[in-house]
Amino acid sequence: MAFDFVFWVLAVIAVASALLVVLLRNIFRAALAMILCFTVIAGLYVTLGADFLAVVQVLIYVGAISILIILAIMLTRDVWQAGRASVVGPVAAIAFFLFGGALVIGLSRSRWPAYTPPNLPPGEGTSASLGFEIFSRSGFVLPLLISAAMLLAAVIGALFLIRDE
Amino acid sequence: MAPIQSAEQTVLAIRPEGLPAFWPADNPWLHALVFIVASIAFALVMVIVFIYVERRGVARFQLRLGPNRAGPEGVLQAVADLIKLLLKEDIVPRLADKVVHLLAPIVATVPAFMVFAVVPLWGDGAMLADLNAGVLYFIAISSFGVVGVFMAGWASSNKYSLISAMRGVAQMVSYEIPLVMALLGVVVFAGTLSLNGIVDAQSIPFALLQPLAAVIYFLAMSAEINRTPFDLLEAESEIIAGYHTEYSGMKFALFYVAEYGHAVAGAAIFATFFLGGWKGPVLPPVLWLVIKMLVVFFVGFWARATLPRLRVDQVMGLGWKALLPLAVINVLIAAVEVLFWPSGTTQWLLVPINIAIGALLVFLWSRTVSLRGGRVEVRTRAEVKA
Repeated sequence: MAFDFVFWVLAVIAVASALLVVLLRNIFRAALAMILCFTVIAGLYVTLGADFLAVVQVLIYVGAISILIILAIMLTRDVWQAGRASVVGPVAAIAFFLFGGALVIGLSRSRWPAYTPPNLPPGEGTSASLGFEIFSRSGFVLPLLISAAMLLAAVIGALFLIRDE
Repeated sequence: MAPIQSAEQTVLAIRPEGLPAFWPADNPWLHALVFIVASIAFALVMVIVFIYVERRGVARFQLRLGPNRAGPEGVLQAVADLIKLLLKEDIVPRLADKVVHLLAPIVATVPAFMVFAVVPLWGDGAMLADLNAGVLYFIAISSFGVVGVFMAGWASSNKYSLISAMRGVAQMVSYEIPLVMALLGVVVFAGTLSLNGIVDAQSIPFALLQPLAAVIYFLAMSAEINRTPFDLLEAESEIIAGYHTEYSGMKFALFYVAEYGHAVAGAAIFATFFLGGWKGPVLPPVLWLVIKMLVVFFVGFWARATLPRLRVDQVMGLGWKALLPLAVINVLIAAVEVLFWPSGTTQWLLVPINIAIGALLVFLWSRTVSLRGGRVEVRTRAEVKA
């Protein structure tokens, strides 16, 4: 299948852009590389047949989170010069190797159930079944409502914190 | 039981019943190639048509003639402009971030044309990909436009460009929410996220069933694509040309194409969601779509020729205080109507009801909500302490 080829191209771009995010000195360019990384991951979701997830990935990670990060960068003071080497670099490297190693070992050791492609009728996509899964009475409607209430509480808390006396 | 499809066919969601019999619907790559070329050609031709119509139309509003020299009645003016821009020198500021400066016009232009992948342009099901998440795809793609504006504003190393980029982010992020909420009302009525399904569901155009959503969507769309009166990003009197101040030659042409490409895409989406898309008697479907797009675009530049530009705080106030709550109320009303109103021929009765509700809500909001807001009080340190 030609999607296998696309998958590998996207995978290489994803890893390369993820490396750029951590290695680039210019923090604005690093943020742009992160946008590329998010977008390519959405492409990976498409090759796996998860259309809804791919679209939501672009919508939330590129459209909202990356923009917020860029705004935060603009409000930081030392953006215009290239960033200095961070003192926490070695600590971060050690933490990365510990965590990354644990992740790789854990993922490669565990036994995953074999993937069976869902037998979907033409053009059905995944959004309808996801919607039923989330909003049906036997589904996840209660966790959804709880998370919505929590987000609302967080927004109100943030407003309370920045409020003028 | 449907046969198991290849992942390519599932993603493209090709529906062979809408296509002629000789169509290679079982070859997704050929299908994709033909429709990608056709969609981009459609979009580019419509960009040229829109530029011509707007320049001549606005000229009529302002008692001028407009461009009328290149070709008969000036129809080749866009071509002449393009050749001129191609031959111009490409100037990059010395302090600019060169790579980002080069990439920004591309990032700004591409999403405008990617929208056309899910719009049914040529008739029932004759489109590149009848995505089941088509509405979400459109919203996700249009949120890319901010990135291009921001890259241009930041890379130019020019304070006016940067101000414009900040305004752009604030404006586009704020107006995306009412835009999505307005579309949600339509989706509730249509019961599908596929754009082709939404056109199919319109025995009554949604502009009549959802008049409030149509108005909110039109305003939010105008703000998203920076049409006057929302063109704070390129307010000539304050920040020169905004984020594309430092662009010349072909890169500027790309921004120009991106602006009109977004306008074409917005008009196509409005026509598809609210005016019945390609549906219409006698004429071929694509012609109906073009006519409806031109009608939407005409209202857009009518506003441009008539209304002055809003202030920043007015734009923000309109988005957050007026459009967002109205859109949320509209979704609630739509959900209640879909749940409790018997579907069928009595749907016609909803048209006057919804128009009345919409008019009432707009009237109430115009009476109670002030768009001024955002007043900055300057206080000295002593006053703050006291």
